[in-house]
Amino acid sequence: MNSALIEEYYAKIKSEADAKIETLREKPVVWIGTASCGKAAGAEKVKEAFEQAIKNNNLDVRVIEVGCMGYCYAEPLAVISKPGFPSICYGYVDEGLANRLVEDFLMGEDPCYEYALVALEANDYFPTFSDFPRGVYEEKIILEHCGFIDPGDIDHYIAREGYAALAKALRMRPEEIISEMKDSMLRGRGGAGFPTGIKWETCRMAEGEPKYVICNGDEGDPGAFMDRNILESNPHQVIEGMIICAYAVGASRGYLYIRAEYPQAIMQVKKAIQQARGKGLLGSRVMGSEFGFDLEVFEGSGAFVCGEETALISSMEGKMGIPRQRPPHPAVSGFHDKPTVLNNVKTFCYVPPVIRKGADWFKSTGTPESPGTAVFSLVGKVSCTGLVEVPMGTTLRNVIFDVGEGTPGEKGFKAVQIGGPSGGCLPESALDLPIDFDSLQEAGAIMGSGGLVVMDEDDCMVAVARFFLEFTQHESCGKCTFCRLGTRQMLDLLTDITKGEGKPEHLETLRELAEDIKAGSLCNLGKTAPNPVLTTLRYFRDEYEAHINERVCPARMCPELIVFYIAPEKCSKLCNVCVGSCPTEAVYTREDGLKAINQEKCVKCNNCLKACPPEYNAVIKLSPPELLKEKEGNQ
Amino acid sequence: MSKMITITIDGRKITAPEGERLLWVALQNGIYIPNLCAIKENSRPSASCRLCFVEVEGFAAPVTSCTLPVREGMVVKTRSPRVDRLVQTAFELLLSHHRLECSSCPGNGSCELQRIAKERRLKLRVKRYKPLEYGTEIDDSPKTFVFDRSKCVLCGRCVWICHNIAKVGALGFSRRGLRRAVTTFGDIPLADSPCTECGLCVEACPVSALY
Repeated sequence: MNSALIEEYYAKIKSEADAKIETLREKPVVWIGTASCGKAAGAEKVKEAFEQAIKNNNLDVRVIEVGCMGYCYAEPLAVISKPGFPSICYGYVDEGLANRLVEDFLMGEDPCYEYALVALEANDYFPTFSDFPRGVYEEKIILEHCGFIDPGDIDHYIAREGYAALAKALRMRPEEIISEMKDSMLRGRGGAGFPTGIKWETCRMAEGEPKYVICNGDEGDPGAFMDRNILESNPHQVIEGMIICAYAVGASRGYLYIRAEYPQAIMQVKKAIQQARGKGLLGSRVMGSEFGFDLEVFEGSGAFVCGEETALISSMEGKMGIPRQRPPHPAVSGFHDKPTVLNNVKTFCYVPPVIRKGADWFKSTGTPESPGTAVFSLVGKVSCTGLVEVPMGTTLRNVIFDVGEGTPGEKGFKAVQIGGPSGGCLPESALDLPIDFDSLQEAGAIMGSGGLVVMDEDDCMVAVARFFLEFTQHESCGKCTFCRLGTRQMLDLLTDITKGEGKPEHLETLRELAEDIKAGSLCNLGKTAPNPVLTTLRYFRDEYEAHINERVCPARMCPELIVFYIAPEKCSKLCNVCVGSCPTEAVYTREDGLKAINQEKCVKCNNCLKACPPEYNAVIKLSPPELLKEKEGNQ
Repeated sequence: MSKMITITIDGRKITAPEGERLLWVALQNGIYIPNLCAIKENSRPSASCRLCFVEVEGFAAPVTSCTLPVREGMVVKTRSPRVDRLVQTAFELLLSHHRLECSSCPGNGSCELQRIAKERRLKLRVKRYKPLEYGTEIDDSPKTFVFDRSKCVLCGRCVWICHNIAKVGALGFSRRGLRRAVTTFGDIPLADSPCTECGLCVEACPVSALY
């Protein structure tokens, strides 16, 4: 490749982008996070409110939509950058606050620090990210630009060194890129942790033309949204990674497989592809070189199993989305039986920084065996839900208690489900595990794609295992015996246990069956489906035993094993909230004025318990249900 | 002609063409390995019944013999506690979703499930698991055969044969999970489908769901 030409090409697009951003900085800008999470919290209304107020006051202020910076708990988020002030990020923005910020900050000089969440640049007035515990533990490689740039404008990305890695890669030989990737020891972030460089090398060496590059954006784990966020917030980094990969392996065509349930991600990616074509970064002459590569989006139709690489390829070929036996691996025989690199969204995202800054830089973060960072979607019973990126080797405790600020309310932490339905439930005692591919596997969980669901003492672990099994059973393609029938048998056993109909021998049957499904299934969906059962059996066996032997649900969650009861000594008589909250008229007022529950009508919806004012807390759950007789007998 | 190589199965030295799949090498030499979905002509084995597990030296866990090409010096054991356990579980799981009425079944005596039970000393009943509800529709629309879904073990042999040997494509898979079924396009009766009643699927069915 002609190095000088490429350098010149890149310098030209970079200076154009820089000039555009420079002009932008001269005037105040309101940046609003309108990724799916922001929109769900009402970001569009906030955006309208800002625009209306700006228009009404004839201000010269631009409103720009950006993606998500990961602070999902505080959505809608808005950042205001005004010359002369540090850029300030505001959380929980509503229309009222939007109007106030326009009046006080954009028209006046008061940044309204009382509503500020964090400042983006160091200053003398307000703390920045690194002043919070979260900022200390977080280290952003692939989320670095998410939420800070306009995903719909390629120049925002280019101005932040975007496509510099591509310019560098095109001046290297493909073998050099692969050796740099191998050197970096980047492991695939789809869950299995296979070394990316080796996959690329296998594909490059494999016979067959044309070769393909496919990005797996079929994220489907309950509670996981890392890939969606990246595609919505910074699609160009993924695209850049894919172009570099294509050049390294000798592919001329690529696809982004994104599930149809992610319409905004699809829209942003399509727009990004068009803009990249416009800049000559995709097409027959990438950056003016002889290398040609183009990309298109393939919309997946929502089957969870299509996240499995062979099923994904099969669905792209127009066949049923059903896995097949490996080997041959897709790197040797993939899409249309041609060598195909299939990597996760996050994996491609790591490529540009690795190429730009080098393998040694990448290895300086994380652990020797799993270098780099890990991205998690932190959800469940945790105060600060959102997307976090921490170095590999950070402990689960740091992620949950320092970054996520622990469980809200009075209930204590009980378990964390890591790796989605294929992962495991780890207890308090496993919290000091460093997060990396290998140590999690030893504990019975997997890194998976990165969902972290935190559970507290109100969560029944048998019910949680049942929930995940219900999911995998529903999503099983039905091809192989173990997954089709085995997961269903496990689900039936778990259902019996949660209903108090389990027998002691069921635990052994469950464990044996789980082990056999793990050993015998055809694809990784089946092989990992028993993990929630195996880990809960290993760490929370006492809960299973309580359900079976005493018909007690220790977390008081399984409807068949609990009753609701209003403690007369706590009930105020004068308040009627519980009666009003009951959808089935099960709660009534006794002759003496106290409230009580007609058990035959009660559907255990939890409404009365939530409605009862905290100063009384009179509604309680009893397990086993037989305790009710005892309580009523005492009166 | 591919190169002939020597492998060892259960202590017996066997000569076979290199790259031939282990299951067929064993079966051709009179060594039985349970199987339902395997079709010799299919170069991409479906590997879905999960019954043909064997132990191969150098492999950490049991492998399916229908997918494994033989190599010089390979040492195979068709039985081991791990293999037997997997086969027993897979077999029992299949039985939990199969109408077990052997005495009134047209396949009685020629059924592959009965053969597996006999060879591996497994019981033809479901002990550890609950019998699951199975499809009960019977399609007797063709003149020459009947399709009884309650017997179908979803091995897919009929589907493959219908597509690749008969080249008709009347049968296919639909739906997923426990609802996965062998059926016609749009679930119409076979007589209304492109089916030519060539009978190859009936021949291929190991459990007389097609008879």
